[in-house]
Amino acid sequence: MAATKLKAVDAVVVGTGLAGSILCKSLAETGLKVVGFERGRMLDTQHDFAMPYVHDELKYERHSDILQNLSRETITFRNKMSELALPMRELGSFKPGECVGGAAVHWGCHAKRFLPWDFEAKSRTLERYGASQLAADCTTQDWGISYDELEPYYDQFEHLYGVGGKAGNLNGEIQPGGNPFEGARSREFPNPPSKTTEIGQLFGDAARGLGYTPHSNPTAAMTQAYTNPYKLMLGECVSGGFCGGHVCAQGAKASPLNTVVPALDRHDNFELRTLANVIKINLDSTGKRAVGVTYIDARGREFEQPADLVVLSAYTFNNVRLMMLSGIGKPYDPVSGTGTLGRNYSYQTHGKLQMFFDERTFNPFMGGGGRGTAIDDFNGDNFDHAGLGFIGGGYLASQSSGALPIKGKQLPPGTPGWGGAWKKAAAHWYNRNFTLNLHGGCQSYRDCYLDLDPTYRDANGLPLLRMTFDWHDNEQKMVKHIMAKTAEIAKAIGPAKTGSHGLSARYTIVPYQSTHNIGGAVMGADPATSVVNKYLQSWDVNNVFVVGGSAFPQNSANPPTATIGALACWAADAIKENYLKKPGLLV
Amino acid sequence: MQDTANQRAYGFLTRPEVQFLDAAVERLIPTDELGPGARDAGVTYYIDRQLTSTWGMHGRNYRNGPWHDGTPQQGFQSRLTPQEIYRCGIAETEVHCKRQYGKSFRLLAAEQQDEVLKALEKDAIELPSLSAKLFFGLLWRNTEEGFFSDPVYGGNQDKAGWRLLGFPGVASSSYGTLLYTQTGPYRVEPVSILDVQEGRATLDNQGYPQHQPMKAKD
Repeated sequence: MAATKLKAVDAVVVGTGLAGSILCKSLAETGLKVVGFERGRMLDTQHDFAMPYVHDELKYERHSDILQNLSRETITFRNKMSELALPMRELGSFKPGECVGGAAVHWGCHAKRFLPWDFEAKSRTLERYGASQLAADCTTQDWGISYDELEPYYDQFEHLYGVGGKAGNLNGEIQPGGNPFEGARSREFPNPPSKTTEIGQLFGDAARGLGYTPHSNPTAAMTQAYTNPYKLMLGECVSGGFCGGHVCAQGAKASPLNTVVPALDRHDNFELRTLANVIKINLDSTGKRAVGVTYIDARGREFEQPADLVVLSAYTFNNVRLMMLSGIGKPYDPVSGTGTLGRNYSYQTHGKLQMFFDERTFNPFMGGGGRGTAIDDFNGDNFDHAGLGFIGGGYLASQSSGALPIKGKQLPPGTPGWGGAWKKAAAHWYNRNFTLNLHGGCQSYRDCYLDLDPTYRDANGLPLLRMTFDWHDNEQKMVKHIMAKTAEIAKAIGPAKTGSHGLSARYTIVPYQSTHNIGGAVMGADPATSVVNKYLQSWDVNNVFVVGGSAFPQNSANPPTATIGALACWAADAIKENYLKKPGLLV
Repeated sequence: MQDTANQRAYGFLTRPEVQFLDAAVERLIPTDELGPGARDAGVTYYIDRQLTSTWGMHGRNYRNGPWHDGTPQQGFQSRLTPQEIYRCGIAETEVHCKRQYGKSFRLLAAEQQDEVLKALEKDAIELPSLSAKLFFGLLWRNTEEGFFSDPVYGGNQDKAGWRLLGFPGVASSSYGTLLYTQTGPYRVEPVSILDVQEGRATLDNQGYPQHQPMKAKD
């Protein structure tokens, strides 16, 4: 079927989640004619997120229509290149969104910045430890941007999203009560830190006793009522649980839907086109310039939307896949190590140490919004890695996430899987435990990458994206090392029983781990090892910008949201201040 | 043993299937001194409702072939839908029980029922159409869901699962303060979405229920 060609606009933004919504707003402010494309539907928060219906664990765990509908499109997965990749038939390890706001509608509100080390992981490792510290197949690299360059944009994003926290490093001065390991920030958080909970106190006291530096975890669940720079109001979080993986009835969880999207209504030059699935970026005959996008609407009709500027800001997978389907950039070949598109896919590592108490109760259903106490002493390069045989690390936190009854129960090791003994254990321990969570980084490797699947196709007949990924020794060693340190902290807290869980021997697509899939269209200073430059601009097609987690060359231990938000603000600024004035390669 | 076949209108499950599931879920989460088990909490009805929903036919799953078993890391790869898994799984487990014990699953002694469930879990029974482990895995997952999800889905009747744990259900807006001040267990009558829908809960001006102290046990 021939596509109907529409009237040209100045710019299109593909995907209206965390990054896309920010780019839509910034571009709309210039007065340009802008169209934002979203494959999912618009959400009406007042009705879609109404009480009591959002306090429904089953729906958001299993059935919600804000998550990607895999019947139309999924990915395929294998651990190793020698295996046959098979489709991810049901959601498990991660939950990409399919709605305006994207996955940021159900995020957990953990709003940590990345460490300065994260952006220069390779050069700083070589400098401090030498090349032998890196595994031979490790493809971790510098980002081509420094923490200091990104700092003003972290600040911008934190004010947009009303992040609560306590500065640990204000213009280079270490601040009591904050995280002393964070990069220097130019001013305080816009909102105060969350208060210390009972489990935060227990963890904090034990950690402090061992010489570590506990602090309140930065959160984007409002710690007080807040009005952001777009004059949008967010209410104070009541810690009602039903948070990570869920939507917020109160509007206390900062998301595109309450921080940016309503402000788009003020721009007559902006149009949001929902249920519109972009399937291709169209190039001119030279292949060096994008001329617009092709999309399919809800009725299945195909349209061509011409535009001078194309911003790709879909989920990591779709940014990479759309570039592949459009012939932009050179696909990565893991055998020869050449090509860049699809290279350096990575994920997030994790561990948990459960602590069970005979006499204490914690009311674990209260909480949410990433409220908790954390230590950064084992994050990044905050500790000496000499002789340890790995790089990177993670942060430890005791979080009140709102433990729900289906998925949030913790049981001591050795508990039977079902039956009377299981029932008694569930009843006894549900209220008598809390967990220390390790949230760890993940380096990139030569054999972990994204490409197009040779067999499986989506509902439009287009090839699915194929993920090849497994855990590597560096991450196994890192998680083991930090879990051993965590066990020392747990011992100081003194529970009756503990359970320790690190990485599985192999990465598995089930169960849920995190929606922190990154890389594949990575940023960098060198076109031989990156898909986009430091301004998130395609090296090959200069009027295409690719913004999102896809730009991370490897993963920090810290959750990706704040950095995706900061990169979106940074790229929007580069487009407005530099690209639009003088279209062309920005570096 | 009383089954629930006459208590509800089942949309997908046949009477023998209801009887099988009532007996099976009762072993998975048994009635004991702590309170009702999965059968009396309506878990079979919950499973029936799930099987008639979009999920029962894997309406949001990717269902194109080719089909391969794959590795455990690759997750669910069966060509069967949940409806088909239950239909085949129950019928074929019944064949096994009649061959092994000469009786239907529901008529076996509790220890024998546990023996069958453990064998399914360990994939130690060869079912003709599907892996026993796949059937057991889905049965256990749905049993746990049905016991602990909101009663609006048909299970967790009288909030039996939530009472067992001490989970209050739909949150109170007072948690914002209590998270930092409450010492000792917060014991209230749980409130479900169904309670709010049917007017059994008093709501505050933010739409959150006002929790009431736990009623004394009979």
